[in-house]
Order: sequence, then C-alpha cells, then structure tokens
Amino acid sequence: MSPQSPNTKSLVEVRELTKTFNGLTAVDHISFDIYEGEILGLLGPNGAGKTTTIHMLLDIVSPSSGNVLFGGKNLRHHREEILRQINFASSHIAMPFSLTVEENLEIFGRLYEVPHRKTRIEQVLEELEMTSLRSKLARTLSSGQMTRLSLAKAFLTQPRLLLLDEPTASLDPDIADKTRTLVREYQRRFACTILYTSHNMKEMEHMSDRIIFLNRGKIVATGTAQEITAKFGQRDLEDVFLTVARNG
Amino acid sequence: MNGNRIHALILRHLYLYKRSLPRLMEIFYWPLLDLVVWGFITVYLGQFESGLPHIAAFFIGALILWDILFRAQQGITISFLEEIWSRNLMNLFASPLKPGEFLAATIIISFCKVVAVLIVSVFVAWAFYSFNLFVLGVSLIPFILNLIIMGWSIGILTTAIIMRYGQEAEVMAWGMVFIFQPVSCVFYPVSVLPGFLQTVAHVIPAAHVFEGMRAVITNDGFPLPELMWASGLNALYLLASILWFHHIYDVVKAKGILVRVGE
Ligand SMILES: Nc1ncnc2c1ncn2[C@@H]1O[C@H](COP(=O)(O)OP(=O)(O)OP(=O)(O)O)[C@@H](O)[C@H]1O
Ligand SMILES: [Mg+2]
Repeated sequence: MSPQSPNTKSLVEVRELTKTFNGLTAVDHISFDIYEGEILGLLGPNGAGKTTTIHMLLDIVSPSSGNVLFGGKNLRHHREEILRQINFASSHIAMPFSLTVEENLEIFGRLYEVPHRKTRIEQVLEELEMTSLRSKLARTLSSGQMTRLSLAKAFLTQPRLLLLDEPTASLDPDIADKTRTLVREYQRRFACTILYTSHNMKEMEHMSDRIIFLNRGKIVATGTAQEITAKFGQRDLEDVFLTVARNG
Repeated sequence: MNGNRIHALILRHLYLYKRSLPRLMEIFYWPLLDLVVWGFITVYLGQFESGLPHIAAFFIGALILWDILFRAQQGITISFLEEIWSRNLMNLFASPLKPGEFLAATIIISFCKVVAVLIVSVFVAWAFYSFNLFVLGVSLIPFILNLIIMGWSIGILTTAIIMRYGQEAEVMAWGMVFIFQPVSCVFYPVSVLPGFLQTVAHVIPAAHVFEGMRAVITNDGFPLPELMWASGLNALYLLASILWFHHIYDVVKAKGILVRVGE
C-alpha cells in the first residue's frame, strides 16, 4: 500500500507550525502529515529547522504558533498520553553514563511504563545484538554502541511514532548500514511510523517512503525521492540538495 | 502524579550512588568535617567559658541543624545537575514525565540523603562529644522537618535558575543557601541583628526554627508560635518555588534551551 493512497490514515498532522527564536524564524508555518506506517524523511541544509521541528513534536520546544495533532489529539492538551506513544533517538543525545546498558533500559522502561518490562528488555537487547553489552557502563561504550543504546531505548517502548534525528551521523559506514537495517527491520516488524533526518542523500533515498524538503524553515518540496528530483529537473537528490541549499 | 515514573527516577539515582564512592562520600564528607572542627572548638571553649553552660548544645546542635537545611537543598539541586552532567534532560523531558513528578522524585531523594546524614551526624556527635541531639527532645522533630522543607524551596529555586541560565549558574548549587545563613540566625539570636535585618529574619523560616531551638535548649517551654511561623512561611515558599519551577520550565521550552542546558 502506497503511503499516499487515499485510505492511508494520518498519524500526525502538523498545522502551520512556527518557531521564532528572538527574531529568527527557524520553522515557518509548516504543515504536513505523517501517515501511519510510513518512513518520512526530513531533508534540508544545516539550520533548515529539522531538529527544531522534531523538538516541537516531542514538546521540549514549544511552538510560537500552530499545532501538532497526534491521532487527532492536540499535543498541547494531551501531552502525557501522546508522549507515551512517541520515542526518539539521536546520535547527538547520549544516555546516562554511569549506568549500565541494562539499567538504562530498566529506567526508561519504567518511565514509559512498558508492559512486561523485563521480557521486553531481553527482546530489545537481542534485536539490537546488545546482550553481551548489558552489564557495560554506558560511558565505556563506543559511539556506535551508544547510538545502538539510544535506539534500544526508543525501540523498547514500541512507539507508534519514532523520531530519528541523524541516527547515523558519526557512525562508520558499516555500523551506519547496520543501523539502517535495524531501523528498517524494526519498522517492518512493528509497522511503526518514522520521521527520519539525515545529511546522507543515499540513505535518504533508500530509507524514506516520502521526503519533505525543508529550507530556511519552509517546506520547498514534498514527495518521493523521484518526484522531488523530477520537480527540480535534477539527476538525483544530491543535486536537488545543492541547488536548493545554494540558491534558496 | 504518576508513581511509576517517580519510582523510575529514584531508581536512576540509586543506581548512580550504588557504584559511586565519591558521590556517597560527598554526602557525609562536609557534615562530618564540620562536626569535627566545631566539636573541638566547642570542647575547647567549654573548658573556660563556664558562664555559658549550653554552649556545646548551641553550637553542635546549630551545626547539625544547619547542615540538614544545606543537604536538603543540595539533594534537590545535585539531582538536577546529575541530569545535566549526563546530558539526560532531553531523554527525561521528552518522555511522559511531568516537571512535578521530576520535583517529587528529587524531593524524595533529598529526604533520604538528609536522613542518612542526620543519623550519622547524631551518632558522631554522641560518640565523640557525648552530645545527644535528642536531649533537646522529640519536640525537635517538627523543627527539623521545617528546615528540610526550607532547604527544598531553596533547592527548587536554585534548580530553576540553573535550568534557565545553564552551567554558569552551577556554583549556585553550593552557594545559594549561604545567602540565607546570616538572616537564619543559626548561631546567634535574632535580637543581635540590626533592625532592618530583624525584619528580614522574621520572614525566614529557618530563623524561627533556630529561635525555637534556643528556646528548647534553655527550657523556655515549647515555642509553638515559632513553629507555626516556620510552617506557614515554608508552605508559602514551597508552593511559590514549585510554581516558579513550572514557570521557568515553560520559559526554557519557549526559548528552546531545555535541550541545550549543559552544552
Ligand atoms: N534554542 C535556540 N535559540 C536560538 N536559535 C535556535 C535555537 N535552536 C535552534 N536555533 C536556530 O534555528 C535554526 C534551525 O535550527 P535546527 O537545529 O532546527 O536546524 P537543523 O535543520 O536541525 O540543522 P542541522 O542540519 O545543522 O542539524 C538555526 O538557525 C538555529 O541556529
Ligand atoms: Mg539538526
């Protein structure tokens, strides 16, 4: 089923979302939907407003105006209920250093009130091939392992919406590839919905069902990688990116 | 308020303390060092100041009690700093956790730390100086609770400032309570203060606690009015500090700096 088919339900509806940081408009009246079960790529140059958008979806940055609806409910008014069903991972955000892998998962499992927590932790450790790392302190993990721990925290709660902000940045090509496979597998298994950012164009094309192209806080294109490439009359996404980034 | 989430945060700190000797030491280090130094000074003074029979009780008692307030404040602020140091604020506040639940957890952690320090200090004072804090009577307990609560208010106030201004404000975690020390009249009665500072002291819960403690030591009867004042003021300040924390939480979300604290 194609994500754009008319019977596809929107899990998230972003409406006229805007964020202004003392005079600078980081996100400028953007509206888009995230459909149930799709991987939506958020593409854009540095400072385009991708992370700010993700932070507003997580309610750790409050919008200057506009709304986020999740399952038809407004995030502003149903924060707790909605955030239970969302999780995120980012290669920029670490996990508590002085706790072991397992303790970290234990804490976040409780925080999200994961049902059958112990069993779920075991599953996640296996899914991410982290069983042998369970007793390691987070501070002793390599950055690739730390990213996996961050993913494990996100997978653990079986979120309906998973927000991944540059999950493969700072990973070597091998680990980055494994990470992409893990995300893909997870998405297939649990049919969860994913919003994904990356500066790697190949990755973007490979991972995303649809892409939203953001520039200076505004959406400049939406569609599949092919559609966007065609719209700009370019060879590939990389060329589109360069055109947009350089000419606005 | 969700008990599971509060429990999760408390557990997070237990894991932290479980394997960190420096963190455990830190809890007891200063109170014990203070007690040793002041204890000997008191013993020394006691040798010739026969005119002040209660000097030991005054000093050692005051010292233990002031440390309680300080530890209560630190319990709150350090818990928050731990999250900054481990860059964990985003993980926490992007979860269903509410700021009120975060505060509730830090308050419980603070209470546990204070009780631990109190038990150790009381034991040391008794073992080394034969000073039994509780000869002052169980009437001391409501006063101690008031000191703890004042510590929480200052702790929450300080935490909000650190959340707003980031790491540069970190020193406040150690300095903030001492702004209140002169007007808390820990070691001297309110009456020695100049007039305008006496007015200030009247709205400081700790000043009422220490006045009350002196009344108990000198057997002036149970100082109910002091206790009422301390409790009333504390209720007001605790509520105000919690509201203030929520307000600052909204401010940092609007400024987009909640995720950047500590960076
Ligand atoms: N808390 C903040 N205060 C002020 N400006 C901010 C804040 N957060 C983000 N910005 C600004 O908002 C704009 C968008 O930033 P954002 O982090 O969303 O970009 P991004 O698309 O994620 O970029 P990158 O690809 O570099 O991660 C930038 O100009 C940034 O400087
Ligand atoms: Mg970003």
